[in-house]
Amino acid sequence: MKNLIAFVLSVALGVLMVLSLTNNDWFAQFGYVDLADRVSQSYIDKDVTGNPGEIIFGITSNPENGAANIVTSIVVDYRSFDTLGEVTVLFISALGVALLLNSQDKNKRLALNFKPNFMLRVGSRALFAIILMTGVYVILHGHLTPGGGFPGGTMIASSILLLYLADDQFRTKVKGFKLLEGVAGSFYVIIGLLGLLLATYFLQNFLPTGTVGDLLSAGVIPIVYILIGLKVGSEIAGIIDNFLTEEEVSL
Amino acid sequence: MIQYAAIILIVFGLYGLLSNRNIIKMIISLNIIEIGLNIFIISVGFVYDGIAPILTSTNSSSALLYVDPLPQALVLTAIVIGVGTTALGLALAKKIYSKYGTFELDEMGDNE
Amino acid sequence: MTLTDIIMAVVSVLLLGIAYLAISSKKLIKGVIFLSALSMLSVVSYVLMKAPDVALTEAVIGSGMVTALFVFTLLSIEKGEAK
Repeated sequence: MKNLIAFVLSVALGVLMVLSLTNNDWFAQFGYVDLADRVSQSYIDKDVTGNPGEIIFGITSNPENGAANIVTSIVVDYRSFDTLGEVTVLFISALGVALLLNSQDKNKRLALNFKPNFMLRVGSRALFAIILMTGVYVILHGHLTPGGGFPGGTMIASSILLLYLADDQFRTKVKGFKLLEGVAGSFYVIIGLLGLLLATYFLQNFLPTGTVGDLLSAGVIPIVYILIGLKVGSEIAGIIDNFLTEEEVSL
Repeated sequence: MIQYAAIILIVFGLYGLLSNRNIIKMIISLNIIEIGLNIFIISVGFVYDGIAPILTSTNSSSALLYVDPLPQALVLTAIVIGVGTTALGLALAKKIYSKYGTFELDEMGDNE
Repeated sequence: MTLTDIIMAVVSVLLLGIAYLAISSKKLIKGVIFLSALSMLSVVSYVLMKAPDVALTEAVIGSGMVTALFVFTLLSIEKGEAK
């Protein structure tokens, strides 16, 4: 009976959503969106504050936002305050996990069911460096190619996950991660306040933006993405460590 | 087509959330809702024959036809929030298991 | 119907099938593995809809990190039962 009610309720919600889709005044037809109606066109043309004309890769210099990757320009520049709040949500959830699982350095870590063999131990040491380097590359080129701080930071965390899987006794320095996380988060806010002081508003880009497409371009965007990458990486590595430690069983 | 699939994914996830009495399966259902919602938000910005919103040396001008970058930016942050909430839910589930010894909601509370 | 439409239709059907399997599977670990597969298929749909940033993020987080967290939870539970 309960399952029947659940079924009816969820199907009713689905029918409502499908009906709102078929009304093309509310939702544009799939694949035939007119971007000129939307605010995104200004982000693509980079003309929110002034009209620079057509942006050409490798030629245009000092536009209001120098990132070649338009998604990055939205995440870290135009809507950077949103990203600051999002990083705060991730911090609070990592804090909640650490409080709930009560992970401390003296707790011993969860033993794995299997004994890691020679191939796994040696191969993971080699793969660790490659995955870590890919993460750093993705973070550094976040304003030019797909990627950025969020996937790059998670790649760094997954390289640490590999070390945890390959060795039963391995534990990272959790205190160092907490310190790194706090420092990266504070520097993000400090960069925002510098934008308020040197320019006009919070988190404004106060450095010259350079030529679109260069590695050293886009002002504060690479700096902020490096900070986000460090923060996300240390937070998720801390979560993994919390899940792989067991509490002292008091019998 | 893929928009309707995303809506049916949300419906599946909601049905699983309402009908399951197992905490881990409820968290799995929440993740399915999240995936469906992310696909739906991305599909709102899709344009036929549009290119990915990245200026490169081959797609070098901002006057070309791009897909909408704003939904992609929103989903990018939503995915990372998703892993945070999932980790928090799993930590709660672990705590509940260590207290009651079960994941089933119906079996809790009667083992004093 | 272009080729993109056909691939999108196939991906949609696969998404629905795997989501049904993930919800209806009796063993928890099977549900977790189907969730990982669902995440990987959603990466294909993101690539089809020209969102490489989101595809990269979902590939790393959705099918790697979330699955690892689920598996660790189930692993610690099995340890407790063995005692």
